[in-house]
Amino acid sequence: MAEALSREEVARVAELAMLRLTDEELETFTPQLAAVLEHAEDVEALDVHGLEPTQHPYPLVNVFRADVVEGFDNRDAALAMGPEVEDDLFRVPPAHGEEP
Amino acid sequence: MSTWETVIGLEVHAELATESKMFSPARNEFGGEPNTNVHPVCLGLPGTLPVVNEKAIELAIRVGLALNCSINRCVFARKNYFYPDMPKDYQISQYDQPLNTDGFVDLPNGTRIRIERAHLEEDTGKSTHIGTSGRIAGADYSLVDYNRAGVPLLEIVSHPDLRSADDARAYVQELRAALVAVGASDGKMEEGSLRVDANVSVRPAGSDELRTRCEIKNVNSLRSLGRAIAYEAKRHIQLYENGERPIQETRHWDEEAGRTQPGRSKEEAEDYRYFDDPDLVAVDPSAEWIEEIRAALPTLPAELRAEWITAGADPELAGTVISRGLGPLVAEATAVGADINKTLNHAANTIDPEELGQLTPDGLAETVKMELDGQLTSTQAKTVLQDLMELGGSAAEIATSRGFEAMDRGELEAMLDQVIADNPDEWTRFCEGEAKLQGFFTGQLMKATRGQADGKVINQLLQAKKNA
Repeated sequence: MAEALSREEVARVAELAMLRLTDEELETFTPQLAAVLEHAEDVEALDVHGLEPTQHPYPLVNVFRADVVEGFDNRDAALAMGPEVEDDLFRVPPAHGEEP
Repeated sequence: MSTWETVIGLEVHAELATESKMFSPARNEFGGEPNTNVHPVCLGLPGTLPVVNEKAIELAIRVGLALNCSINRCVFARKNYFYPDMPKDYQISQYDQPLNTDGFVDLPNGTRIRIERAHLEEDTGKSTHIGTSGRIAGADYSLVDYNRAGVPLLEIVSHPDLRSADDARAYVQELRAALVAVGASDGKMEEGSLRVDANVSVRPAGSDELRTRCEIKNVNSLRSLGRAIAYEAKRHIQLYENGERPIQETRHWDEEAGRTQPGRSKEEAEDYRYFDDPDLVAVDPSAEWIEEIRAALPTLPAELRAEWITAGADPELAGTVISRGLGPLVAEATAVGADINKTLNHAANTIDPEELGQLTPDGLAETVKMELDGQLTSTQAKTVLQDLMELGGSAAEIATSRGFEAMDRGELEAMLDQVIADNPDEWTRFCEGEAKLQGFFTGQLMKATRGQADGKVINQLLQAKKNA
């Protein structure tokens, strides 16, 4: 049994997911997430030696489309879905951090 | 004081020359009005599903083969991050199962640079940061254009095998020549279809340790690449010699200031939480498909260069022509009989790779042959080539319409006799050893022939007459 999940780890995961959690919420979610991880650990108990990892539930490979351009004639509707538009560009709040 | 060695690994991103995007049928083109080459898939609209563009896989395999890689069964993964240049909040990339692995590139100087991987991903949109600084930090807001979002991108990662800015440039030139030759990319750094990030560190010469590296971004030309690497290596050396050490970070090259600057430092290490993309199944290229692609590959630039050098070409000239992307043109011209060094010379100095226009291998071969036969002077040959690029047609026709009639040797000799008869004093002094008068006679003959005589032939005639 691995060490219990810490509050700090939950706070870090929340930050990566861009979630702001209050102290109270951290208190609530830490044991819940720990229980989820514990359940995942049960799987580790199984002997999977020699089994191929499943990448996808469908036994398919090489699902392709031909390199053909299809127009999209609803650009205005697409732009209208943005929070704000300026000169046909999506206007968004300043990004924080560096471009990855 | 110890001497230092620079250690460089490069990540080269090449946009693949497909018609449509990697996972959506939107058009793949440079420029275009903002947000016109978009489609629900590359806008990341809910309910849409990506489908792999087969051509992108084929082009990526071509590159993998050209770089001597193993071609593998591969899986697409989601690289998660929150940034408005990807509307889905993740970029589809490849992580632990990339398409191409373990290749190499041999530089013209013989150094082998190992390729770790060349994996497929989708390009991001373009964001412009509006605010006083123009930089991300302090921007008031950003404007995003998704025309580039989803364009197929091949990320080619080298091992840290490069040891100098010159080698780094040579490596990118070799890669670019290969990408262009196999038709995978247009290789245009100025349009961003080829982008380079450099991982730079230094270590005491002779050591094999790998010290803290910095990743240099925003390098937009080969010249900037060389300057940025040289600057960054020097910065590291100074830090070590002052008893300090560099910190691992991403730095941006500032072309005007001539230095690298730290990005806004990340408080914590990146964590992209990669996982297999459940919307996409694996790509498993069959051996038959790979062999079919291999069989259709053109002769690769490095092979061409080696062939030419064996045939007596000047190695430096051969290298220049390869890096200018004119290998295929020269190969076809020499295949129909053009002299290798003369052809290389024009490909290195006369022919503009961006302005090939109507010039065909046959036209080039014909021009080179006429020049070699003495029907055209080298200056005239250049003019003919320029006309061929602009107008097309045959070299002989252009030479005729330009009035570049073959200057018969006998005709020229008769003209020389006339010039001597008109200038008997100068001729006597020339024969008595006043060598500078050679220029006088050459000038007179050029005038008499309206510049159409070949300087070399005049020279030969003058010496022959003098010694007669």
